[in-house]
Amino acid sequence: MTATALEPTVAAKPAEGRVRRVLRRHPKIVIGGTILLLIALVAIFAPYLATVDPQKVSPARRMRWPQELYWFGTDMMGRDVWSRTLYGTRVSLVVGIGAAALATVGGLALGLITGFIRWADAILMRIMDGLMSIPAVLLAIALMAITQASIQNVIIAIAIAELPRVTRLVRGVVLSLREQPFVEAATAAGTGLAMTMIRHILPNTVAPLLVQGTYVCASAMITEAILSFIGAGTPPIIPSWGNIMSEARSIFQVGWYIVVFPSVFLSITVLSVNLLGDGMRDALDPRLARRM
Amino acid sequence: MTAPLLEIDDLRLHFYTRDGVVRAVDGVTYHVKAGETLAVVGESGCGKSVTAQSVLRLVPSPPGRYVSGQIRFQGRNLLDLDMAEMRKLRGAEISMIFQEPMTSLNPVLTVGRQIGETLVLHQGMDQKAAEARAVEMLKLVGIPEPERRVREYPHQLSGGMRQRVMIAMALACNPKLLIADEPTTALDVTIQAQILDLMRELKSRVGAAIILITHDLGVVAEMAERVVVMYAGRKVEEASVDDLFARPRHPYTLGLMGSIPHLGSSLVHNAPPRLAEIQGVVPSLREEIPGCAFAPRCGFATERCGRERPEIEELAPGHFAACFEAERVAAQFAEAAS
Amino acid sequence: MNAQAPIEAGPLLEVKDLKKHYPVRKGVLQRVVGQVYAVDGISFTVGHGETLGLVGESGCGKSTAGKSIMKLIEPTSGEINVAGKRIDNLSRGEMQSVRRQVQFVFQDPYSSLNPRMSAGDIVAEPLRNFGVAVRSEVRDRVAEIFAKVGLRREQMDRFPHEFSGGQRQRIGIARALALHPHLIICDEPVSALDVSVQAQVINLLMDLQQEFRLSYLFIAHDLAVVEHISHRVAVMYLGKIVEIADKRDLFGRAQHPYTEALLSAVPVPNPRAKSQRMILKGDVPSPIRPPSGCRFHTRCPYAVERCKAEEPKIREIAPGHHVACHLRGPDA
Repeated sequence: MTATALEPTVAAKPAEGRVRRVLRRHPKIVIGGTILLLIALVAIFAPYLATVDPQKVSPARRMRWPQELYWFGTDMMGRDVWSRTLYGTRVSLVVGIGAAALATVGGLALGLITGFIRWADAILMRIMDGLMSIPAVLLAIALMAITQASIQNVIIAIAIAELPRVTRLVRGVVLSLREQPFVEAATAAGTGLAMTMIRHILPNTVAPLLVQGTYVCASAMITEAILSFIGAGTPPIIPSWGNIMSEARSIFQVGWYIVVFPSVFLSITVLSVNLLGDGMRDALDPRLARRM
Repeated sequence: MTAPLLEIDDLRLHFYTRDGVVRAVDGVTYHVKAGETLAVVGESGCGKSVTAQSVLRLVPSPPGRYVSGQIRFQGRNLLDLDMAEMRKLRGAEISMIFQEPMTSLNPVLTVGRQIGETLVLHQGMDQKAAEARAVEMLKLVGIPEPERRVREYPHQLSGGMRQRVMIAMALACNPKLLIADEPTTALDVTIQAQILDLMRELKSRVGAAIILITHDLGVVAEMAERVVVMYAGRKVEEASVDDLFARPRHPYTLGLMGSIPHLGSSLVHNAPPRLAEIQGVVPSLREEIPGCAFAPRCGFATERCGRERPEIEELAPGHFAACFEAERVAAQFAEAAS
Repeated sequence: MNAQAPIEAGPLLEVKDLKKHYPVRKGVLQRVVGQVYAVDGISFTVGHGETLGLVGESGCGKSTAGKSIMKLIEPTSGEINVAGKRIDNLSRGEMQSVRRQVQFVFQDPYSSLNPRMSAGDIVAEPLRNFGVAVRSEVRDRVAEIFAKVGLRREQMDRFPHEFSGGQRQRIGIARALALHPHLIICDEPVSALDVSVQAQVINLLMDLQQEFRLSYLFIAHDLAVVEHISHRVAVMYLGKIVEIADKRDLFGRAQHPYTEALLSAVPVPNPRAKSQRMILKGDVPSPIRPPSGCRFHTRCPYAVERCKAEEPKIREIAPGHHVACHLRGPDA
């Protein structure tokens, strides 16, 4: 370790510096990010990578084992699992990112309110405690049960289920920042409440939110798969990983490959998102700790 | 003359970080005789704590690495010992008290257990005997109702009490050397006075040598017999406490003395005299400093000081300084004093 | 008073019977079971161009007092006047006008600067809040203030972590100076700094006082520093001021036993001056249950029966020298 550290790090030009240095120090970001980028490319170019129309039913070619043209085999309706899995990437990413964005924005707003307004804190946090006492998946199932199955609703349901955790995080950050002398110093310098929030509180919540966002994203992807698997999520006509697995549930013994491929994709995607999150936490947290 | 209890000989401890090499300790030599109190003075980052931590081998490695030097305790080089041998020394022969008593005590163990632990470990006492000794130690460090306090947890004690407990822990096995790293910095003045008083009294009773690390010249004057002044990882001056305060020979020592306001100065001076500032900031230890580390901030510096590193020299019996201009420094101090 | 503090009509800051009590809550229902008497009725004044030192050990309430004056902490009761205008009953909005006159320098130069703002933006913040300078002028104004505190213009775009502790404290002082206040409350401004840097900051504060005729309320625990910078000094113990006097009277003829003990506890940087020392027994009692009578009686070597029962009033025992002790003064 010392040997590598002795090498030309010192000589590195500052211009080349910052981004590359951060990346070199945090390989998790590089690995997670690269895999995720590949997966995103797969999602975007799914129509070109797919060998067969994913929705095309061909009863003649049911339950084929992986082979040429049907890389991942076919399911009991003769649909191509490879093409369906590629398209499933789209659902997973959209739901993951959508839910993470929604939960983050909502959680940020609620966290700021609860962190600053006493009476709102008492009410909102009890509601959040209530939500948190129900497992996220159950809550999402319940929310899906009262609405129609659509990707949009899946995103909303998952976001609501994740909201309490994000709110708690932001509230915690706000409460600890409020006690920071530099916030007190802002008051002493005559800065108003709204301006204090924008100038001093908000920028300092970005780093932890970003990290939390990736975790929400990963967990949303899993929740989406679970919802689809039990038939309470993405409409069955859309090829999502959960749907593919769900459909193959009854023929698992003969067609286990149908379940394996989407689940491997799901695992890799979730893993890469988590890696990215861990890397960002490592990169952002020590700095936060040192500077605050 | 017998060999000193502890000899640190040309110790170089560098930290290899991703941003480069930090020369935290850059060729430091000092010794402590049995029963003596040596003060090591300097500002934060001068390497005074790291040097002392090296004695107990508490510096994590990596990133720390001993580039050269020896630390001889009773003739044995501590840097050659393995961790098991080191553990036998720690707490038994050499012990340490830290600045922040709250963080260096375990919050979930009673005071008695913590004091007893070292005794069980090093002297093979059983729990019961260890507890009895813990009570005795608490009595020794002046904690009222030791029988009750021994069952309490650190958070139930005040800051001053905790520091007393730390001292009791450190002295439980009758060590030969006690390293006190800023032991009173976190305490209030009246409590500091109590703790310093206690340390002085215990020293005369227990007879351990003390390395007292501090930034407070007042504490130095009060406690030490000999003083080592450190700057930027190097020793710049060493002298007996009387000599150092009477005739400082290094400009950094001189600067430190001039920059602190003295109690009672308003009774002597009409208007407060301007404090002598040391201009500029401490140099970065990441870059190699070819000459004297203090030269950029020094009023006495010549061109030679920036180029050539001054060796530490004995300028008077027992009085060492690493400065080319030591005579001018001493002369100016004498002039200012008269 | 002191020759350096010319007398104007009335003091700049006048604090009368300031109190700050914190409720202590316990149990599930958060019932109030007691009060922390952090500041318990203190009165003092700070004149124009004068420095009042406020000393005491940790937990004596000196910082709370300083923050209460600026209403960074809402005081429980008491009257605060700045330049003859009462401010303790002002709302947060109304306090704005006062904040132009009274500024604050914090102890910790690390946490009192927002790590995500540049040094220039930090100093510009008060200017922007009060619209003092037009947008285009702000940078020049900040540069001017930077020069005053010994920072360079090109350092404006750097971030706090790129500065050393002493430089950061200069940024904090620059921020306080930006609005040209009359009074700056300095809460332990040098205690987090290294000795050699302390001197730089103390000299800077004294130079600025000369130049702008500033008044300081200088809160610190280091008696030598307070003696150096102050004109008058007040000593606090457990939420009360026990002695307040011109610094020469206080450091030369300390009257209160606590002041005496504090002074004798300071280690003197002179190995030949091994003085006999008055070492106080025990610790500072809890401000939740302060001792009856004189709060110092539990540790006071001279305490008599009366001290336990009756709380001493603060009285003027010599011109400008006020002491709260039964045993001192003309009738003792």
